[in-house]
Amino acid sequence: MNRAVWLVILAVLLVGMPWVAGEFYVNLTTQILIAAIFAASVNLLLGYGGLPTLGHAAYVGLAAYLSAWLYLKLGLAHWITAPIALAGTTLIACAFGLIALRATGLGFLMLTLALSQVLWGTAYRWVSVTDGDNGLRGLTRPAPFGINLDGATAFYYFALIVTVASIWLMAKFVDSPFGAALRGTRDQPRRMSALGHNVGMIRWVTFVYAGFWGAVSGLLFVYYHKYIHPVSLSLNNSAEGLLAVIAGGSGTLGGPIVGAAIVMILKNYVSTYIERWNMLLGFVFVVIVVFMPDGVVPGFRRLLLRWKAARWRKK
Amino acid sequence: MQFWVIQTLNSLALGGLLFLLSAGFSLIFGLMRIANLTHGALFMLGAYIGVSILKVVPNLWLAALLGGLAVAAFGAVIERLLLRKLGSNVLGQVLVTLGIAFIIADACLVIWGGDPIPLPTPQALQRPLTLAGFTFPSYRLVVVVIAIVTAIGLYLLMERTRIGAMIRAGVDDMDMARAVGIPVSRLFTTVFCLGAALAGAGGIIGGPMLSAYPGLDADMLPLALIIVMLGGVGSLVGAFVGSFIIGFIYTFGVALLPDLAYVILFLPMILVLAFRPRGLFGKFAA
Repeated sequence: MNRAVWLVILAVLLVGMPWVAGEFYVNLTTQILIAAIFAASVNLLLGYGGLPTLGHAAYVGLAAYLSAWLYLKLGLAHWITAPIALAGTTLIACAFGLIALRATGLGFLMLTLALSQVLWGTAYRWVSVTDGDNGLRGLTRPAPFGINLDGATAFYYFALIVTVASIWLMAKFVDSPFGAALRGTRDQPRRMSALGHNVGMIRWVTFVYAGFWGAVSGLLFVYYHKYIHPVSLSLNNSAEGLLAVIAGGSGTLGGPIVGAAIVMILKNYVSTYIERWNMLLGFVFVVIVVFMPDGVVPGFRRLLLRWKAARWRKK
Repeated sequence: MQFWVIQTLNSLALGGLLFLLSAGFSLIFGLMRIANLTHGALFMLGAYIGVSILKVVPNLWLAALLGGLAVAAFGAVIERLLLRKLGSNVLGQVLVTLGIAFIIADACLVIWGGDPIPLPTPQALQRPLTLAGFTFPSYRLVVVVIAIVTAIGLYLLMERTRIGAMIRAGVDDMDMARAVGIPVSRLFTTVFCLGAALAGAGGIIGGPMLSAYPGLDADMLPLALIIVMLGGVGSLVGAFVGSFIIGFIYTFGVALLPDLAYVILFLPMILVLAFRPRGLFGKFAA
């Protein structure tokens, strides 16, 4: 079967899902969609740019906090807060990009981590603005064109539309000549710069673009939960995004979406039974990095091949 | 006036603790070229192990020694069993340390619970010291002294001993060090254990000031990162200077501008990155 058929099947499944599944599954899928945008934006940096970010939760949390704060403290309407939150977060991404891209590789990882931890610590301590550990509550969902999004199904379709648009725009970005240049800077930065490409600029634009989509995911996140807490800015959240990308297979279009689904399903099921999500997250990290460094799908395929080969040898 | 004197001493004491944390982090990074993201968790693990040891042995210094050894043994297990397996996959190694950091943090929450546990100040040091009309908390003075003694010890180890020469050679040029027959593999384990021991002991020595609480790891790790970016990767002097700079900025930031103390931490990092990306004393950019 070719790709188009698969896409049609996926589309039918996603659109038809709320008619068959219960509210729990509709909400779970909504959370997967939100996480998928986040993971896809991490993938722009890690998969296509070769830039391992451990601070991408900064943009999710920042956009969420900005929109929540503008709504609660200034009483602005959603159609004003959303663009301001997106623009403000993108501006911060511009500044953070300038700082973090002073380094590549591990230096970049440490800088993104340090920058996001600064925001995390500020969210905890700047109580007059963020309400600290209590988080900001009392938020509402927007009603675009007068459509009420308070129901699980209505919000699911809203998230689905935003997600499809986001993934499509990110795919366009990667497929463009600019995306090809980005992959060039990942594989051969010195040759690219010898060819006359501005490597630093290509990376910075990608960083800002990825920050913007992180912010989109953050807006959906705060609309979904109607609540925001500093934990959204934490290292754990950044790590979940990174794990989704690595688990699904970085540098592929579908990988982060599969990875986000795996992480969210795991997280939801585990937290209904036990409280030890963070420990499991750590174990999953170790297992995936040690045994399936190229992602779960190729990893399982490899294990299956090895198993088949072993069985064939026995015969 | 008393405020400034006390805050200065607090800054020095925090700087001393940060040195215990970041010296190992910097050496591991310099030698093995990996950012050991368990370092904050090892500091917290040390503090919690200290809590348990103090229930049996009521002596903080002995507890720091034992706790440091315990955390070093734990570090050896991580290095030998996991990091070694990943060979030259640097990103993989860093992600594994991150995973282990999550596991440690959650395990501490399970074992020791969610409430902060302060470690008791040693009895002899509970009375403040009065000098020239000012009163000083004497424990903090001792912490500063410990940090300086440790710094001198590490400096002598690095500059005057055979193993120190080998570590320096490894930091400067790994391939050449291997070629002239330095047992780089054993060196990795040694340095990783040393770093873990310093972090663990630092957690216990810091216990009476910071106490052991969930989230201590996430508080300490970014400070270590910023110090190493500031001082330069693999440089002991850099870690020392960076620790005290951050100790001062953080302490005075919290005292004068509590809301934005974390934002102020940015400033030295941005300045250094703008004008000297390899850090104040670093030999290469991270």
